Amino acid sequence: MADPLVRFQGVRKTWRAGGPAAVEALDLDIARGELLTLLGPSGSGKTTTLMMLAGFEAPSAGRILLEGRDIARLAPHRRGIGVVFQSYALFPHMDVAGNVGFPLSVRGVGRADRDARVARALAMVRLEGLAERRPSELSGGQQQRVALARALVFEPPIVLLDEPLGALDKALREEMQLEIRHLHRRLGVTMMYVTHDQAEALTLSDRIAVFEGGRVRQLAAPRMLYERPADAFVAGFVGENNLLRGTIQERDGDECLVRLDCGPLVPAQAADCGGPGEGCVVAVRPERVAVAGVAASDLGGGAWPATLQEAIFLGDHVRLRLAFGDGGEVLAKRPAGAGALPDPGGPAAIAWPEGAAFAFREAAPRV
Amino acid sequence: MSRPGAALLTAPLLLFLLATFVAPIGAFLWRGVTDTEVAPVLPRTVAALAAWDGTATPGEEAFAALVADLRAARAGNPTGLARAAARLNADRPGFRGLLPTTARRVAAPFEGPARDAVLAASGEWADPEAWGAIRHAAGPLSAFHLLAALDLRRDATGSVAPVPEDQRIFRAVLARSLWISLLVTGCCLLLGWPLAWLIATARGWPATLLLAAVMLPFWISLVVRTAAWMVLLQREGLVNAALAAMGLIEAPLPLMLNRFAVVLAMVHILLPFMVLPLVAAFRALDPFLPRAAASLGAAPWWAFLRVTLPLCLPGIGAGCLLVFIQALGFYVTPALLGGPNDQMLAWFVGFYATRSVNWGLAAALSILLLAAVGLCVALYGRLAGFRRSGAA
Repeated sequence: MADPLVRFQGVRKTWRAGGPAAVEALDLDIARGELLTLLGPSGSGKTTTLMMLAGFEAPSAGRILLEGRDIARLAPHRRGIGVVFQSYALFPHMDVAGNVGFPLSVRGVGRADRDARVARALAMVRLEGLAERRPSELSGGQQQRVALARALVFEPPIVLLDEPLGALDKALREEMQLEIRHLHRRLGVTMMYVTHDQAEALTLSDRIAVFEGGRVRQLAAPRMLYERPADAFVAGFVGENNLLRGTIQERDGDECLVRLDCGPLVPAQAADCGGPGEGCVVAVRPERVAVAGVAASDLGGGAWPATLQEAIFLGDHVRLRLAFGDGGEVLAKRPAGAGALPDPGGPAAIAWPEGAAFAFREAAPRV
Repeated sequence: MSRPGAALLTAPLLLFLLATFVAPIGAFLWRGVTDTEVAPVLPRTVAALAAWDGTATPGEEAFAALVADLRAARAGNPTGLARAAARLNADRPGFRGLLPTTARRVAAPFEGPARDAVLAASGEWADPEAWGAIRHAAGPLSAFHLLAALDLRRDATGSVAPVPEDQRIFRAVLARSLWISLLVTGCCLLLGWPLAWLIATARGWPATLLLAAVMLPFWISLVVRTAAWMVLLQREGLVNAALAAMGLIEAPLPLMLNRFAVVLAMVHILLPFMVLPLVAAFRALDPFLPRAAASLGAAPWWAFLRVTLPLCLPGIGAGCLLVFIQALGFYVTPALLGGPNDQMLAWFVGFYATRSVNWGLAAALSILLLAAVGLCVALYGRLAGFRRSGAA
């Protein structure tokens, strides 16, 4: 990437000398104006990465460049990076205007100018008229907006958001996701967003870095991440996936044939796997699994017999749980009203389009 | 359980407090604002002086009344007479002898005006101030002790004036008590702050250990702790012995019977009362707030002044209040470790209550102490009032 805003170079973080690394060999560029999400389960190193960029943790090794300058040893208050914390961290003894004006008064901005900029920032997050409220008098969503306005008002080159929506209920969270997305598009400010919620990451991001065990497993645009996961972890973590164990039978470039542990022989894209004889995991998205209430033999090749065990109606779609082969299980999703369902317990057939199944190396046991 | 039921359960406690705390202390303090020694003994004199303006020696009827009162008291109530003399002596030194002497000299029947007989008994009675003292002591309610506790008195005409320079003590004692308490509070804050911060931010057993170390002095009585300081600080005490052994000093340092020893021991005794509220305040502080301030560009000192300090103010206030109020009432420690010029208000309360048996003045000094404490609490209430706005 040419001239990134932020560049992590070989960054490593251990909590004690010789201990396990929280972040390992991190090379990551953040482009100007993009919204990059660090996605991963808790303990995967994503928050540590954010804290190192904000300056609250020092990397054990490596460099962190902001606009070409190494800031790894710079005190947090000299970095000029906006941070929105999970707990909001609003100052309870100041009103909303005092909170949003804080970074400006620190910078010696005059009263009139400050008031104008605070008013603009509050308008931006649709909090006009609440300037004199205390944080304790605001709802969770309003507090979130104040934290956002406070991190944006001093026009930092980059704003870091650490699970900012974690404390909100689902409906409010989705509303705020869109709001942050629109704010980002409108202001063009660079954002680094940390979350463990893959739906949130897909909604917001220009690019997503999937973290696991202190390493970046895949860095890609949301669609790419969903459609072409790089390994079994990403396939399982981002969106739902059927993960079926098996052994590679044949391999021909990007194509391979896998003998599943539950019996059937299925073709798959060889995304990240070894050669014949090696174990693997086959991933198929539930929404790509087609289900028909007829015997598989009637459909010819490319379909396998299965037995419907359970159908759960979820309003917009129906989830089908099917027994597959000898002890295997497959989950299928189909839009509600898309044809008749097979009888529970009766014969059924499942199939998926060519290229919908991927074979991955089995996830290494966690260290 | 319903609220009236719950309130009823606190009734034994309320009764206990009423019987052991409110009633006796109230009765004691009541003595500070009443005057009951003189009026029963000199009822006629008091009545005769009611209309007197206090500018010149009163008329013949007052003298006659005094003679009648003194004869009656000498014959029927000598104890009351002595008590009245002691009370009047507190206002006007000399009365302790004057009253019995005059009573003795006018006891025998005499001819002519009572005025001449009384003035012959003692020339003191020519001074209107002597009569003023009797009138001020008429009671039953009186500001006499309270005024005395503030180094004020009434002259014969009834106007309030400061007592002569050489008799003033209590204003200086009050100022000294306030100053020592302030000094102790300041030292406790300065010493307690880092310790409280350490305890609040430590985890696991170090935090427990530190907290236990702070609490440990609570297990030992105040007198024992003070006595321990005596062992350390006296002329041949441990500190002097150690310093001499190391060859750092030739003669023992005067470590005891001075202000230094008093403040040192009081700080040691009162430190937990500062540390515990501070620990609570620090623990309640969101650890992300200083980080948020830093991310917004605030240098550590700015974040401290604008974020940490204002949020800890209630805890600081509570700690300072606890220490200051307790320090104000300290008795044993200054009495054992201080010199004559380091005694605090409580020592004088004790002195007047037990040694000079001037309960009225002891009570008035207690009221003064109580008023000082009440003022501090009221001040704290005003300062800490901003916390309530958060609940709106």
